[in-house]
Amino acid sequence: MTLVDWVVSPFLDYGFMRRALAGACALSLGAAPLGVFLVLRRMSLMGDAMSHAILPGVAVGFLMAGLSLGAMMLGGIATGLAVALLAGLVARLTPLREDASFAAFYLISLGLGVLLVSLRGSNMDLLHVLFGTVLGLDDAALLLVTATASVTLLVLAAIYRLLVAECLDPGFLRASGGMGGVVHMGFLVLVVVNLVAGFQVLGTLMVVGIMMLPAAAARFWVRSAARQIPLSAAIGVASSVAGLLVSYHFDVPASPAIILAAGACYLFSIVGGPQGGLLRATRRARPA
Amino acid sequence: MRSILPARRRALLAMAGVCLSAMLGTAQAAEPLKVVASFSILGDIVREVGGADISLTTLVGPDGDAHGYEPTPGDAKKLADARVLVVNGLDFETWLPKLTKGSGFAGQTVTASKGVTPRKFAGHGDGHAHGADHDHDHKDGHDQKNGDDHDHDHDDDHDHKPGHHHHHGDADPHAWQSLANGVIYARNVADGLAAADPAHAQAYRQRADAYVAKLQALDASVRKTFGAIGADRRKVVTSHDAFGYFGDAYGVTFIPAMGVSTDAEPSAREVAAIIEQVRRDKVPAVFVENISSPKLVQQIARETGAKVGGTLYSDALSKPGQPGATYLEMFEWNARQLAAALQP
Repeated sequence: MTLVDWVVSPFLDYGFMRRALAGACALSLGAAPLGVFLVLRRMSLMGDAMSHAILPGVAVGFLMAGLSLGAMMLGGIATGLAVALLAGLVARLTPLREDASFAAFYLISLGLGVLLVSLRGSNMDLLHVLFGTVLGLDDAALLLVTATASVTLLVLAAIYRLLVAECLDPGFLRASGGMGGVVHMGFLVLVVVNLVAGFQVLGTLMVVGIMMLPAAAARFWVRSAARQIPLSAAIGVASSVAGLLVSYHFDVPASPAIILAAGACYLFSIVGGPQGGLLRATRRARPA
Repeated sequence: MRSILPARRRALLAMAGVCLSAMLGTAQAAEPLKVVASFSILGDIVREVGGADISLTTLVGPDGDAHGYEPTPGDAKKLADARVLVVNGLDFETWLPKLTKGSGFAGQTVTASKGVTPRKFAGHGDGHAHGADHDHDHKDGHDQKNGDDHDHDHDDDHDHKPGHHHHHGDADPHAWQSLANGVIYARNVADGLAAADPAHAQAYRQRADAYVAKLQALDASVRKTFGAIGADRRKVVTSHDAFGYFGDAYGVTFIPAMGVSTDAEPSAREVAAIIEQVRRDKVPAVFVENISSPKLVQQIARETGAKVGGTLYSDALSKPGQPGATYLEMFEWNARQLAAALQP
């Protein structure tokens, strides 16, 4: 088997591999740039928290409309945004920091979600039923994740300057007219929409992993956000390809393989990255 | 006797409202036997056999997954009051031992699958050795009617050692997916209820007899249905390996799409292998279940052109009003769905 066969033939032979690749790439293009801003804003754990926060909305959507992407998506976005809004509000109005208020609200939300699920008496593993697998993408799922990625990139392009300014100096925008809050909210909406769309299509681990790991890795290679964004998306795509191939050839589950591939990129970046990587740091330390 | 009893109880209840203290003792004596069944399918069998002589509680209700069930304190309370607990056995209710211990349950436990020939979980196809102890008459009758079909479907499983079947943990617990086993379940339930409530033993046995007759009639008609389908077309992919007993009993090969457990995520290799198998063996139909995620099965169907069959009920009954609300209805529905998808 030549290398080309090894890399290309799984995608040529099987439609599910092509769909998995398309879905994972679309997710990388949309979510990884958001991850860059989350890293910048020191909100890296927000994705994880949000994955729990959307549960009650998704559960309500599921219980009312069954396995309908639209209903669950609406419910998830509603609760996700509610948690994000309330947490942001508390952080601005009280001395409690945003991470702490986030943790508080997502735990309340998670508790509510678990309660709702069990209230209905049916004890099936809702997370398992609701959240998709990267190997089983249908047309609607693919459309959802690609549309989400496109909208994300367009909105990011529109608010890019304000967003960077807001990340670096939150006080600046607030002082020069109320745009800061709007930009912050727009960003949170993007994160929530990406998470909700991704959960249903690809699973929790996939979305949060693809959002954060490439962004964290990219930070070690280039300094500016403008360069980190394309680099993180590229790392996400590369990890998707590598993970799917490993899953195919070595018979391991697909989404953990993709996330571990991204994790390997991250670990390699920690060591070898020119922007604060360990090797560079020791080399710089020696002459001094 | 049976027809008089509910009326008498109603009368007693009415009178209890008038002169509570005098009637209480009698009312309690006539109170039905409290029975807890572990999951919905078993609950339905117990209801058929117990009728109005028992008061039944089912722990895992319709559409609930009894594999990964987490008992609630309410369950412990129900169990503490109960005099009979009916379980499937074959290590199906792994969560139950803890619950019975914790609840202080002091009644009798009836294992419905007692006497069923356990089927070993196999990677694919079937692992049921013939000529073991039970349900001989059914198997033999089938062999005489269309012996060659039957042999064809089982040609790869005769190397099993009989001793293997009695290991715990690797026996397939979904024994109710064969109506012959359903008969054994009904008999075991009747025996268990009769032992706990000898006063109504006669009634339990009578109801069990009537129920068994229905099960056997359905069994015969299901056999006839599948006997009419060519052996090379009796192959199905499902998302969960729960139909081993069904396959053994009626000569249908079930290819699991997700392996045995409901929560393992498959690798791309496994999915590709299943697609290869469907293409190679020309499997006519792919089925989705009421519990596990349907997305993977749909993808396999899309990629191979196999027919996507309707919902099959495997581990749980459907909610009332839907097609699989009782054991008999569930079985008939599954058989009809499968036969419709496999017909050329």
